[in-house]
Amino acid sequence: MSERSSVQTTAAIRASLKKRYARERRFQWYGRVAVSIGFVFLFILLSDIFIKGTPAFTQHFIKLSISFDTDELGISQQATPDEIAGADYAAVVKSSLRAMFPGVISSKEKKQLYRLISLSAEYTLRDMVIADPKLIGTNSEIWLLAHSEAGSYLKGQVGADRPESERRVKDVQIVWLDTLREDGRTESRFNSTFFLAGDSREPEMAGIRAGLYGSFFTMLVTFFLAFPIGVMAAIYLEEFAPRNRLTDLIEININNLAAVPSIVFGLLGLAVFINFFGLPRSAPLVGGLVMALMTLPTIVITSRAAIQAVSPSIREAAMGVGASKIQTVFHHVLPIAMPGILTGSIIGMAHALGETAPLLMIGMVAFIMDAPSGLTDPSTVLPVQIYLWADSPERGFTEKTSAAIMVLMGFLVLMNALAIYLRRRFELK
Amino acid sequence: MNDLAAVARETGSMGDKKMPIGEKRQLDFQSDVKEYQTIGTPFVDNAKMSARNVNIFYAEKQAILDVSLDVGCHEVLAMIGPSGCGKSTFLRALNRMNDIIPICKVEGNITLDNEDIYESEQDTVLLRARVGMVFQKPNPFPKSIYENVAYGPRIHGLAQSKAEMDEIVELSLRRAGLFGEVKDQLDKPGTGLSGGQQQRLCIARAIAVNPEVILMDEPCSALDPIASARIEELIDEIKENYTIAIVTHSMQQAARVSQRTAYFHLGKLIEVGSTKEIFTNPKHQLTENYITGRFG
Repeated sequence: MSERSSVQTTAAIRASLKKRYARERRFQWYGRVAVSIGFVFLFILLSDIFIKGTPAFTQHFIKLSISFDTDELGISQQATPDEIAGADYAAVVKSSLRAMFPGVISSKEKKQLYRLISLSAEYTLRDMVIADPKLIGTNSEIWLLAHSEAGSYLKGQVGADRPESERRVKDVQIVWLDTLREDGRTESRFNSTFFLAGDSREPEMAGIRAGLYGSFFTMLVTFFLAFPIGVMAAIYLEEFAPRNRLTDLIEININNLAAVPSIVFGLLGLAVFINFFGLPRSAPLVGGLVMALMTLPTIVITSRAAIQAVSPSIREAAMGVGASKIQTVFHHVLPIAMPGILTGSIIGMAHALGETAPLLMIGMVAFIMDAPSGLTDPSTVLPVQIYLWADSPERGFTEKTSAAIMVLMGFLVLMNALAIYLRRRFELK
Repeated sequence: MNDLAAVARETGSMGDKKMPIGEKRQLDFQSDVKEYQTIGTPFVDNAKMSARNVNIFYAEKQAILDVSLDVGCHEVLAMIGPSGCGKSTFLRALNRMNDIIPICKVEGNITLDNEDIYESEQDTVLLRARVGMVFQKPNPFPKSIYENVAYGPRIHGLAQSKAEMDEIVELSLRRAGLFGEVKDQLDKPGTGLSGGQQQRLCIARAIAVNPEVILMDEPCSALDPIASARIEELIDEIKENYTIAIVTHSMQQAARVSQRTAYFHLGKLIEVGSTKEIFTNPKHQLTENYITGRFG
């Protein structure tokens, strides 16, 4: 190498500066472009879900003048409660519709007329009469839930300009619905059914209650199993276990377990919990056990990382004043590691909340109408409910699918917010 | 103290001059020499802690070679030496802090009041309560100032009531010269204090357990000169009640605070004697080179 004067060196460095800064700027731009692309796709995804899902939060009601005629209901004048419960309320709805549109004569048209009102109408009326038997023999104007197809027309989702064969709402129905609307007999309300009902074959009667309860119970089991076991395992492995071949092997296997496809855990659950231990199928208990197995490696790994990140000087400080190993861990290391442990655990839980595949294996994919009231009741979970609805051909379920996704995402955001909140709270202390 | 520091400065300034080395013991110092006879007075009559033929290994590497040294009761023993000479390792062996490091192995004999601290029945919790430690970097717990000091007494059950605990905390903070500065913010986090205050908090924390011996591992290396001076004053004040062994990189500090000084070099205890003796009349060439600033 030839000798260089410092002036030459400075000149050489100056010449290279421009290139170096250009490289840095270029790199920053790559980053910005990558982030922007990510945001664009996220925006497209979210807006699609929101646009499709928002209508599901409202539903239309149609006002009918119902006469609770004993002949129509098929009951006697002095009806017993049993008679009232078994009365033919569908007939009352039908006669009311016929009275409103007297021009309908052919049975084919009648069928279409009846399809304006949801099948749930008869249950609504039955419940009203059971609550207040004095209604029998009177006439009253009652708001009844519209059929999902009629509802989707009223929501403006069905273009009347499209050929009749391409839509489920027929021309005659459109005429009737327009008449009802002009008479002020239709109304859009908040869809409480969506939150209060279980699954149903009729889109307008379907709700996420069963899924929500199922998810709640499943997460409960998962949390109370995976969190303590995972954190304890992490503490033991990190603080107490000797470093040898066995612990190395355990560590490698925990890392491998975190990468095992979730459906394998489902198969394991099916073989072990259901077939071997004979636990009930479709139950949140088994779902929670499977999810706990699935989240355990995540919790162990993140907790170990959080414990490892605690500065050794804190351990020394505690030991220096004569704290025993376990006091050091529980008084000092764990509180400092807690934000990391909680973040990891909540992310693991959020992952489990959105998981579908392993639950399909243990039968949580069943059609469940009632919310489970315990850990062993058959139930479904929110993501499986979404999966089921996404599979349904009815237009009404499309918006329900998106709406359920919105609810699920709401819970995920909530859980992440909780993680952030807990992290802040623990860090301030 | 101050005249000793002046001596230290003077000898330091003489470093450039060629010193007559005739009467000094000239050694071609070899790190693989296993046998070495320490010069000076490693043993004292009223020993609080005694180390005999201590060897310390990190895996295969030997960090301390056959060191025998006493820490006298109510004295301040300074340990000096260039980086990597093993003085911190030796210090940490005195309260078995090295146990945390799995590859570290201690051989030989270390006693506290004539009890072997490496005996299998010896309880490290009790040992560390009796032999407290202050570390190089201030390491208060991320808890309140009060909790920092109260932690030791609490886990050892030294206070029967809240009032008694308050008393211990106040006394410890007073002894550490920190009470006046923090008395209105005892519930504030200890980590929010300045570096010097944090270190004094750590000393208060060590004092609160009322140990017999306090080990200090370069307690001022992370502090500015003013904070260091404050800590040195503090050491001077508390030495009435405690036996102190301090590792330091600052010769002036060793000269100012200690009664005896031990000079370590490459894992061997080269020379030990009264601080005055070591700084005014070092016997070994290596000691002289170090304190006159020729290397280190």
